[in-house]
Amino acid sequence: MAFFALYMIASFLILGGSAYYLIEEKLQLNALEVINQYLFYYLVLDLFMRYMLQKMPVVNIKPLLYLPFEKAKVVQFSLWKTAISFFNVIHAFFFIPFSVVLIINGYPPLQVLAWLMAIYALLYCNNFINVFLNGVNAILFVVFGFIVALGTLQYYAMFDVTQYTQPVFQYFYSVPYLAFVPVLFMVTLYYFAYKYFKGNLYLDAGLALKHQEAATEDLNWLNRFGSISVFLKNDIKLIKRNKRTKTTVLMSFLFIFYGLLFFTNAVEVYQAAPWRFFAAIFITGGFLFSFGQFVPSWDSAYYPLMMSQNIRYRDYLNAKWWLLVAATLLTTILASFYLYFGWEIYLTIIVAGLYNIGVNSYMVLWGGAYVKTPIDLTSNKKAFGDSQAFNAKTLLLTVPKILIPIILYSIGHYAVGPFLGYLLVVLAGVLGSAFKDKVFNKIEKVYKAEKYKTLVAYKQKN
Amino acid sequence: MIVTENLSKAYNGTTVLNVGALEVPTGQAFGLVGNNGAGKTTFFSLLLDLVQPTSGHITNNGIQVNTSEEWKPFTSAFIDETFLIGYLTPEEYFYFIGELRGLNKEDVNVFLNGFADFFHGEILGGKKYLRDLSKGNQKKAGIVAAFIGKPKVIVLDEPFANLDPTTQIRLKKIISAYKENDAVTVLISSHDLLHVTEVCERIVVLDKGAVVKDIKTSRATLQELEGFFAEEILNVPGED
Repeated sequence: MAFFALYMIASFLILGGSAYYLIEEKLQLNALEVINQYLFYYLVLDLFMRYMLQKMPVVNIKPLLYLPFEKAKVVQFSLWKTAISFFNVIHAFFFIPFSVVLIINGYPPLQVLAWLMAIYALLYCNNFINVFLNGVNAILFVVFGFIVALGTLQYYAMFDVTQYTQPVFQYFYSVPYLAFVPVLFMVTLYYFAYKYFKGNLYLDAGLALKHQEAATEDLNWLNRFGSISVFLKNDIKLIKRNKRTKTTVLMSFLFIFYGLLFFTNAVEVYQAAPWRFFAAIFITGGFLFSFGQFVPSWDSAYYPLMMSQNIRYRDYLNAKWWLLVAATLLTTILASFYLYFGWEIYLTIIVAGLYNIGVNSYMVLWGGAYVKTPIDLTSNKKAFGDSQAFNAKTLLLTVPKILIPIILYSIGHYAVGPFLGYLLVVLAGVLGSAFKDKVFNKIEKVYKAEKYKTLVAYKQKN
Repeated sequence: MIVTENLSKAYNGTTVLNVGALEVPTGQAFGLVGNNGAGKTTFFSLLLDLVQPTSGHITNNGIQVNTSEEWKPFTSAFIDETFLIGYLTPEEYFYFIGELRGLNKEDVNVFLNGFADFFHGEILGGKKYLRDLSKGNQKKAGIVAAFIGKPKVIVLDEPFANLDPTTQIRLKKIISAYKENDAVTVLISSHDLLHVTEVCERIVVLDKGAVVKDIKTSRATLQELEGFFAEEILNVPGED
């Protein structure tokens, strides 16, 4: 997350410093006017992003309630705390350099500063509006639909909202004392946010945690899978009902489109045959890799139960394996839109899918046995990379997962042609599945040997 | 029958449990009492093979728990919230445990009927996941799950903590019923001396990992225990 923040800061800084020159010199337009034109969308998008991502101060208020502070103080503290949030600070990295460049290029400083103040006041208005919006789902869709509609209308030159908003922003510059209007607006919003907040400062009102309504599901159709069905049912619920797993599924879905980088000839280097096969492995293996690498960590919150209940390890493992296989089959089918790029490309994807099922499905389970990272299912923290998940053993196991199929394919491809390449990989997949029992025995041994260490590791919740 | 031989557990050279030889005959209602850090949970974790013994071993009905897993079919436990699956509803959780122990949904429903009183209408059909239940209700679900499937050995760590008074009394009745059953061994730990003397036939007091008292419960037991723990206060140097 820190890396992402730094990246954003750097991008905003570079944009802020160069926007003036880009617009004036490349587009031959007035930079301030262009920025003012799109400022409307910028502000709406900012509100949208805040709604999606900015955490409300309520979250950390509870412990303050019992301490000897006045309620007014607690609310003020929480609201002021949002003022220095990343979502407010980040804009400074664009607007301050941009304003400095304006002044350097002969714009009158007082007017530029008034404009800057007005814009920042509007951004802070967003900050306080967001306090009200928290948890109102309907708003999200209304606002989002609104921008899409306006954007579409503008694109087809039917109605241009910026024609009306651009002059408003321009006034803050040309008539500097008008910049106090948004400031006044911001102060008013702060006052209302303060009142609203203070009135809701009770455990059963504003501070109440929202619970999902739960419904018991039978998933009886899974009973046909015999002894592993009991675990499959749980795994489906695990995926459906937890934030972290849902993110993982979404990410693995996005992996399906990874191949577009390779097959649309967007990047020249990627046109080489080994690269295409590399892409195919990831297109079909998104879920396999992103979910599979954390087996059994998905069950870390209740691992002691799993270790002391009447559970045969083979069944538990088998259920996870079937889940991975089913997901790989499904992604291979979903990826059939690659037929658009020619049947040979889809053939590559099918072959890679077969290798993923035949070999990689238990290679990831093997690697997962060494990953001892407890997973907090209810939070998305660490969903995008966990350094603990990478150690020498898991790294070593990526060799058979990715390198071997690529090497096999390349040998066949460059010796005779793509078909020999496919044949070699498919043979490896078939051969690999013959070793399934052997590998499962090995994994079982690893699990048993690592059991106590894993239990201790899962206890350390971060 | 549960037998420990030369059993001890140490972390980084500090002994947290050293009970040596201890025997819990089949059918006994066995109570473990002691202050925080006395080693009660460690003892149960060793019995469930969740931690490795530093020396010795435990056998559960003839099966050495850290070398074979054959004890699992007849043993069940509720130690803490890590024995609950947070994203399941209580019903789903019971069915899951039931399936692991060879019971189908109907069997589990019949079984749960017997606990309607104990649940007090707060567990079943509540449209809540286990993770959203209160601590007390989570505990109720966990304890009942430990009774599913006619286990021969039941391990409950601090079952009375967090329960409301009515539920505590109901739980005492349930455990007392097992006391009459000579096939089922119940092991519980507790900080509540009154409860534990009421439901257990035998009470072992742990202090800093060692067995300091091993009492067959009688009328005098409660007083004896209270005397023991009060003495601890009197004996602490510098705390007067």
